[in-house]
Amino acid sequence: MTPYSGNTILLILAMALVTYLSRVVPLLLLSHRTLPHIMKRWLSYIPVALLATLLGPLLFLPHGKFTLNISHNPHFWAALPALAAAIITRNMFLTVLMGMAFTALIRFLTA
Amino acid sequence: MHLSIFANKEICQGFYRSMPICLGYFPVGLVFGVMAAGTGMNSLETALMSILVYAGSAQFITVGMMAEQIAVFTIIFTTGLINMRHLLMSAALAPYLSHLTKLQQALFAYQLTDETFALHSLDFKIDKTPPVLRILATNMTAHFAWVAGSVAGFFTGSLITDLEMLGLDFALPAMFIFLLVIQLASLKYILVALLAITLSLFFISYLGGHWYIIITTLVAATAGLFLDKTKSNTAEGGVRK
Repeated sequence: MTPYSGNTILLILAMALVTYLSRVVPLLLLSHRTLPHIMKRWLSYIPVALLATLLGPLLFLPHGKFTLNISHNPHFWAALPALAAAIITRNMFLTVLMGMAFTALIRFLTA
Repeated sequence: MHLSIFANKEICQGFYRSMPICLGYFPVGLVFGVMAAGTGMNSLETALMSILVYAGSAQFITVGMMAEQIAVFTIIFTTGLINMRHLLMSAALAPYLSHLTKLQQALFAYQLTDETFALHSLDFKIDKTPPVLRILATNMTAHFAWVAGSVAGFFTGSLITDLEMLGLDFALPAMFIFLLVIQLASLKYILVALLAITLSLFFISYLGGHWYIIITTLVAATAGLFLDKTKSNTAEGGVRK
């Protein structure tokens, strides 16, 4: 695979700074103020909205084109058992294993 | 060597309390290490990211974005967006940590994750002034499992030549599916997720692979607020796993 074209060390340091600030600032400030309710609600939607945004193209647009053909888009079909594993087991590792196993199986069967 | 730290009761308690987290972190760290190696990161960069950033979702999303050659600025902005939830977690635990020194608080915050937050928020309800050694030992142990998993995964992954035949290219999307499912606390979150998936497919064509992430996320999250107003169901969203 092509290595990342940007500066990886700089990226890691900037990510570390952004992440650490988000973790430490509220604690150190010990703010007695609570966030406005609407802001709390908005923030609570961010992780779900972001993960869904990233998943959309990964599951529906392999190589940038919409297809649900199993031999061209094994990820969509492997996502279904992974989804079931996530709902039933609530276990991250089992979900990942299930998705990987079905991706490999579909590739093997459609090769 | 004399292992006197294990004679300390509070450190031992903290160590044992973090075991459930370690059981989750080590294997997921393995997957992260494999993904990082697949993106072309070296072992130092992989270890540094797990040591310095130490944020599961942000690290996985970053590796995915690096594989797509997405610009540094966009990745950092996205990291900021993902990590906004830390502001709330940090604020929520603050009242229980007033007996810590500023330095201890700074160290505690460094290792605040969804999982350690979940553990501590329950713990602090029972013990209002938790011993600093115990909570720091919990955090350190969990962080160690994450870094150890990442490094082990990096070197294991290097031995695997055909990532696609093993389905390893789906590890990242499967991880996202899990993180998404676990956060769908009510119908509103499901609607926001469906909206985001739909919008992402349109926005990626018009805005390109860099900006669509930020724009779609902001639009979908804001749409969630309108759902709040139209739905009487006000169950608190469980955004942590």
